[in-house]
Amino acid sequence: MTTFLSFLIIALTIIGIVQIVRIIEIATKLKGPQEDITTDQDNHYNALTMLIVGLGFTAFVAYSFKLWGHLVLPDPASVHGEGIKLLWDTTMVLILITFFITQTLLFVFTYKYRGKKGKTALFQTHNNKLELLWTSVPAFVLTGLILFGLNTWNKTMVPDTSEAFVMEVYAQQFNWTARYAGEDNQLGKAHYTLIGGVNTLGVDITDSLSHDDKVVREIHLPVNQQVLMKFRSQDVIHSAYMPHFNVQMNCVPGMSTQFAFTPTKTTAEMRKDPEMIERMSLINEARAKRGDAPVEFDYVLLCNKICGSAHYNMQIKVIVETQEEYDAWLKEQDTFQTLVSAN
Amino acid sequence: MSDHNEHHHHEETFITKYVFSTDHKMIAKQFLITAMVMGVIAIMMSVFFRLQLAWPAEGYPILETFLGKWAPDGVMDPNMYLALVTIHGTIMVFFVLTGGLSGTFFNLLIPFQIGARDMASGFINMLSYWFFFVSSVVMVISLFVTSGPAAAGWTIYPPLSALPQAMPGSGLGMTLWLVSMALFIVSALLGGLNYIVTILNLRTEGMSMTRLPLTMWAFLVTAILGVLSFPVLLSAALLLIFDRSFGTAFYLSDIMIQGEMLTQTGGSPVLFQHLFWFLGHPEVYIVLLPALGITSEVVSTNSRKPIFGYRAMVGSILAIGFLSFIVWGHHMFMTGMNPFLGSVFTFTTLLIAIPSAVKVFNYLTTLWKGNIQFTPAMLFSIGLVSTFISGGLTGLILGDSALDINVHDTYFVVAHFHIVMGLSAIFGMFAGIYHWFPKMYGKMMNKNLGYVHFWITFISAYGVFYPMHFIGMAGVPRRYYSNTAFPMFDGLVEINELVTVFAITGAIAQVFFFFNFFYSIYRGKDAPLNPWRSNTLEWTTPTHDRIHGNWPGEIPSVHRWAYDYSKPGADEDFVSQIVPLKEGEEEH
Repeated sequence: MTTFLSFLIIALTIIGIVQIVRIIEIATKLKGPQEDITTDQDNHYNALTMLIVGLGFTAFVAYSFKLWGHLVLPDPASVHGEGIKLLWDTTMVLILITFFITQTLLFVFTYKYRGKKGKTALFQTHNNKLELLWTSVPAFVLTGLILFGLNTWNKTMVPDTSEAFVMEVYAQQFNWTARYAGEDNQLGKAHYTLIGGVNTLGVDITDSLSHDDKVVREIHLPVNQQVLMKFRSQDVIHSAYMPHFNVQMNCVPGMSTQFAFTPTKTTAEMRKDPEMIERMSLINEARAKRGDAPVEFDYVLLCNKICGSAHYNMQIKVIVETQEEYDAWLKEQDTFQTLVSAN
Repeated sequence: MSDHNEHHHHEETFITKYVFSTDHKMIAKQFLITAMVMGVIAIMMSVFFRLQLAWPAEGYPILETFLGKWAPDGVMDPNMYLALVTIHGTIMVFFVLTGGLSGTFFNLLIPFQIGARDMASGFINMLSYWFFFVSSVVMVISLFVTSGPAAAGWTIYPPLSALPQAMPGSGLGMTLWLVSMALFIVSALLGGLNYIVTILNLRTEGMSMTRLPLTMWAFLVTAILGVLSFPVLLSAALLLIFDRSFGTAFYLSDIMIQGEMLTQTGGSPVLFQHLFWFLGHPEVYIVLLPALGITSEVVSTNSRKPIFGYRAMVGSILAIGFLSFIVWGHHMFMTGMNPFLGSVFTFTTLLIAIPSAVKVFNYLTTLWKGNIQFTPAMLFSIGLVSTFISGGLTGLILGDSALDINVHDTYFVVAHFHIVMGLSAIFGMFAGIYHWFPKMYGKMMNKNLGYVHFWITFISAYGVFYPMHFIGMAGVPRRYYSNTAFPMFDGLVEINELVTVFAITGAIAQVFFFFNFFYSIYRGKDAPLNPWRSNTLEWTTPTHDRIHGNWPGEIPSVHRWAYDYSKPGADEDFVSQIVPLKEGEEEH
């Protein structure tokens, strides 16, 4: 029945539009012979609409940052993230300036130079000076932007990791597992053929480096301590995305990838941040409407490369804490050797 | 220049005239109609998944009607969601904006605008359409297989697309997808070679390369891009077929899936991405350049002004074409490739902003001090300039590897490419249809319906894609069936509803277009010979007594460029390319 009704509604809507259209058709025919070529009146109204809609949109873009600004991710909670933010803000300012100038020119020109009978357009084929100007100015600005960007990229992707602690994030449809390197700060070897039973990551027990490794279902990170995160995947490509830290790296089967970063704010600090409290209250309002329980802020690592049906729910909690809290937590976790011998 | 004077006056049957036609004008229409059918399918799909994103888990009987077992009680299955976004992307990129846009306007305009009787090879041209048609049919059939259509995203990255165990869509649906694409590529290559040969060899007397309308330059460069890049996609697809069906390991290594340990080792999934994007990035320009070419023509004609900076426009088309081959890695910043490579691709990618900026400034200057005629085609072209700016600018963020880290694969990307490539190209296509409809059917389209169509489409288009930037900056990944699994996305419910409302409005607005199109074919007013008072050659020959050969007598020779609008000293505000220079008149 509902199917029939929805079909009926669609059919009626389309019939309705077609009827309106036919009325317009007949009405225009009644007005007498008229070719479907623009008149001064068409030019005037369309130009005016273009000016209003165009400038309206441009103004809305400016206003949207106020309207929707609170939806955007908070400031990055990592050392390299601050560099990226500076680059982002600089680029954004340049983009918005260009956007406002060019869009305004477009809509003002289309209005101002709307066609009228008897008016003659300017015959102008080129202007080398002008063209040189608007080729060289973008080239100049882009040179600066490229240099700034490359500098930031290199700092982010090729940092000094001699002091970093090493851990692994392992992806499979549709969950994440973490492995800590333990005392020796070196991960034991792993191979997919060794996967089986409790050894879900295929860690090589014959490699003594693996004995003190710790396999866990939650990521804990000490604040202000660089972590060198290594990524592997068991089946298809996944992507480890931690939006709050500006960290993202694909996890590719048959290949090991990595990303090093330093978190700068603990989960507890984030929860106390007034801006975050306001954000969370909005979120909890929306959750209440849906009948879901309120939540507190948490960092998260989520999958950002299409990987199958439950891609949209492939996540692992990330907790940033003080070194002492982290040490205490890690101590409680079983080593890989204990895990294997217990089974 | 070639000059075939002999006229083929053989009797045409229904089959040779409408089905297996070798006339470029008929083939253009065939491409257009096929693309319109495919476009309707893709638009409907987008409405379905937008419903799911705005009001997840709510039952829609209409979904059950269309999707059957994939939407029990009207609630969409996650696998079907992925299939819908995959097929929506595939159809829009390849079937509508490549096959449809290029197929229609290249075929229609190349022989007309260069002054040729037809394409270099009418037979190859016909084959090109029929490969396209069969490819479309296979793609549509793939929607009905039991395990569902391909669902690994339009980029079909393996191993997800290679292993039927990974998702239902990687079964028969993916096989058909690959077969369809292989046929599509054959069509694109046959067409592309024909376009290049025709433009280079069949220009009429006096039509030097520097007198070619900018549409022809854009089409030529597009065809060259296609011929150089599509074969790479074909090889990528063939290797994927080998991996899927014959146990090879080009893209597979060290995989354990659904408890099954695969024996393939030594391949690399990243190899596929290199091959895919070596086509995939030029493909963006294969979609965009024809739209820009059409816009150059429409903007100049309707501003009643020469296109500003013809040589700079040609130069930027060539520069964009060249650069498009050395930027593909910017789709792969996060694959774990060497960061140095990332630097190289950032550098080359941001360079594209320079020729793009030149094009925008030249369009703006063409409008300046013009006598702008607001035809529906002109409105869509102005819309294109606006979306090309809006979408192009966010490319500065995504092309910059450091900034890409946090917006890669989020809705920010979805917003960016839909505006710069989707909207711009579809606006260009609409502009082309409104502008050359009189040439195609000898009738006028109703302008008022065209205005209504443009205004609703333009507003809805920005209404859909502008807010998506914020969804992306909130960190929402694309291709998520639902955002409800993450509390951090719970604040985005309203903005997602807004997007969906605009999407539905925009989809319904297309009814005005389709109605106008088909109604005008039969009931439109007869078109005058040169309704837009344009200079190019296609307006010098009558459309009514359709002839296979384009001009009834001799092919006219060309004496000037295509942009003598409002030239001082001329009798009217346009001078056709076939009019000889007056005594003492200088060529622009």
